[in-house]
Amino acid sequence: MTYKVTEEGNVSTVFLNGEIDMDVTEKAKEVILPIVESGKEVHLNLKDVSYMDSSGISVLIESHQKALEKNTKVVVKEVSKSVLKVIMMAKLEQILNLE
Amino acid sequence: MNLSEAKDFPVNTASLKEVRVFSRETFEKINLSQDLKDELVLAIAEAAQNIVKHGYKGVKETTDRMEIKISLNDSQLEIGFYDKGKPVVPGNVQHRKLDDIKPGGLGTFFIKQIMDGAVFKKDQEGWVNHLVLTKKI
Repeated sequence: MTYKVTEEGNVSTVFLNGEIDMDVTEKAKEVILPIVESGKEVHLNLKDVSYMDSSGISVLIESHQKALEKNTKVVVKEVSKSVLKVIMMAKLEQILNLE
Repeated sequence: MNLSEAKDFPVNTASLKEVRVFSRETFEKINLSQDLKDELVLAIAEAAQNIVKHGYKGVKETTDRMEIKISLNDSQLEIGFYDKGKPVVPGNVQHRKLDDIKPGGLGTFFIKQIMDGAVFKKDQEGWVNHLVLTKKI
């Protein structure tokens, strides 16, 4: 997994790339959670994420819940078809902010 | 069509990518839709992850290996997982309730969603756990 972060005003966009499994979830959390903790709105762009398993889904849930605690939000954007299928299998499409 | 492919992997998180590569390469030999191939790869990866995450919980490093065997007999797909981790108590293998939104606990749910059957067998000498996933394809 690789990533890129861009900033615009109070919004940080995290572009994730590659496959997200248990081997890289700590790295993903190290990138995303500190931004959420800072109170910024975070956009997670997943257009280049080709695979995500339950560990990756856990990162999305943890980020979403942390954002609620901090009165901000995480928006999951441009979800690839394969990742959307896993999100829907977990019945999270109504829970996460998908755009 | 009949097919049988097996491969062993070191028990660690870095192996999960290799597990997916092996699974994808094997399913390329079978005439399946891409959606079904993706689902099967996810189920296999989740089962392998459970071995690393739960079977070796608390173990920092191990030289143990796990083996995955994918077999197809006509339309019956069987995927075996062999490991030497902590003995699994099948009754304790449960996923979280879906409306209890929290990180974790989804891997087993995904496996159950994708596969027709998931059974732990006590039939394999030399291993501690033998999980068999089945699906009619």
